[in-house]
Amino acid sequence: MHFLKLILRNTLRHKLRTGLTVLGLVVAILAFGLLRTVVDAWYAGAEGASSTRLVTRNSISLVFPLPINYQERIRRISGVTGISHASWFGGVYVTEKNFFPQFAIDPKTYFELYPEYLIPPGDMKAFRTDRKGCVIGRKLATTYGFKVGDTIPLRGTIYPGAWSFTVRAIYDGAEAGTDTSQFFFHWDYLNETMKKAAARRTDWVGVYVIQIADPDRAAEISTEVDAMFRNSLAETLTETEKAFQLGFVSMTEAIVVAIRIVSFVVIFIILAVMANTMAMTARERISEYATLKALGFGPRFLTGLIYGESIVISLAGGLIGIALTFPVADRFSKQMGTLFPVFGVSLDTVYMQIAAATAVGLAAAALPATRVARVSIVEGLRSIG
Amino acid sequence: MDALSPIVEIRHLTKSYRRGGQVVPVLTNISFDIRTGEFIALMGPSGSGKSTLLNLIAGIDKPDSGSLRVNGTDIATLSERELADWRAANVGFIFQFYNLMPVLTAFENIELPLLLTRLPRTQRRERVELALSMVGLTDRMEHYPSELSGGQQQRVAIARAFITDPVLLVADEPTGDLDRASADDILAMLGRLNSEMGKTIIMVTHDPHAARSAHLIRHLDKGELDVTLEH
Repeated sequence: MHFLKLILRNTLRHKLRTGLTVLGLVVAILAFGLLRTVVDAWYAGAEGASSTRLVTRNSISLVFPLPINYQERIRRISGVTGISHASWFGGVYVTEKNFFPQFAIDPKTYFELYPEYLIPPGDMKAFRTDRKGCVIGRKLATTYGFKVGDTIPLRGTIYPGAWSFTVRAIYDGAEAGTDTSQFFFHWDYLNETMKKAAARRTDWVGVYVIQIADPDRAAEISTEVDAMFRNSLAETLTETEKAFQLGFVSMTEAIVVAIRIVSFVVIFIILAVMANTMAMTARERISEYATLKALGFGPRFLTGLIYGESIVISLAGGLIGIALTFPVADRFSKQMGTLFPVFGVSLDTVYMQIAAATAVGLAAAALPATRVARVSIVEGLRSIG
Repeated sequence: MDALSPIVEIRHLTKSYRRGGQVVPVLTNISFDIRTGEFIALMGPSGSGKSTLLNLIAGIDKPDSGSLRVNGTDIATLSERELADWRAANVGFIFQFYNLMPVLTAFENIELPLLLTRLPRTQRRERVELALSMVGLTDRMEHYPSELSGGQQQRVAIARAFITDPVLLVADEPTGDLDRASADDILAMLGRLNSEMGKTIIMVTHDPHAARSAHLIRHLDKGELDVTLEH
């Protein structure tokens, strides 16, 4: 009890110094948490990928499409239980800043492959029967204030022209990590429009999404799909949905690595600040520690006081930082709009923040505690006035 | 231990320090005894080794050679851990600058050494309250050191020194930071601890007035014991 009392009173002895150190920790732990959440958001697509879905694309590049007639041939492969397709549309809503992913899909099959997109049956029916209808995710609807029945105008970039869609359904995610920032519309509408504008660009799709029964056969089926189209007009590359998503991440891996490094640099900087605080604190109190030693208190008690104070400060800063991470991340997510489809502070991030705060507290106390444990009583008492 | 038996037995004690690669002798072949219940003042010029001698007797420093028996224990042979336990049980410290914990109240400062004993909380409280009344600070028990005068702080330090009922009290310039009235007050208190409670007291002082409170005055000069004055 007296031990804790001493720790707490020592912590509050220099309120300004302790307050500033705690503030520094709050900022550092908050920044660390936000940066880790950004990294998590980068990988969110891959994390949310299903192990029973494969993605087939043109082997040259994702930019090149695949013929629509591949669909039936892939469907016949043993182990394939479903197939659909999606084509990147790349339209602009009002200005380029308003980015969100848009896909032309097969309304009959696509959502059967994505049970995590929850759509009311009535709305789904309305979407399927309206060729100019679209389905949008809840986050997208919230970000731009779209409602069922609204018209969304898009300016085509890959498919030039002014396009207009009516919101027929808004889907929710079955899980917190489900991407609800997407926009889906009828591939038929796109294809038929292109027949009039550029006939040679018809009957192509961006990627095929293949449903398989057994995840253990993913490699085997992928090989079979790609073998089927070898030496054809458009050779394919089939991979798991996770590998496909990680392919996107790898394009920007340098940024992710930089963010990761910065997140640890922030912790290292606050460790230096904290270590300086604890070193100053221990130096100022060396005569008190010597007195305690003279009274018979052992080195373990004294190092406990220093470690305890350091941990109290670091955890105070850490816990406030963690508590602030949630509202700040929420605000950050809103500011970013749909740039990060899934942006939420994960439990792993919270654990890492706690671990970082604890590690800072322990590491900062290590040197002063060792010095106090070793300093002789006579030397310590001599440091008085 | 009877009143005439020595509580401190020092034989051929030598102590030196290293300063900048040079060995500086501080105490040279010191031998003397202190009897139980004595109140002894150690005097001498700065650098004479009196504080070093006090530190050695109190077990917060170790000699280079010689033997040092205090209350029957050769403390020169004890490990750091054993010395800490020995100090907690046998020695009460009174410092020139009081050395109270600024974040603890007078009550809590006096209670500190009792935390190393197995006394239950209620008994600790009783003892501290008694000690506070003995030093006349009952009404100041909840005050922090910064809220007390120098004399009052030294009284708290004295209470902390005798709270565990040690056989030996060591005081290093206990009046060095006090005005004459407060100093007299403290010296009277030390005198009572010696005469009424039988505490053996070793006091280092520069002040001849303070030294006169002791039964014996021993002079140290250049690391050697000089004249003994008894009164």
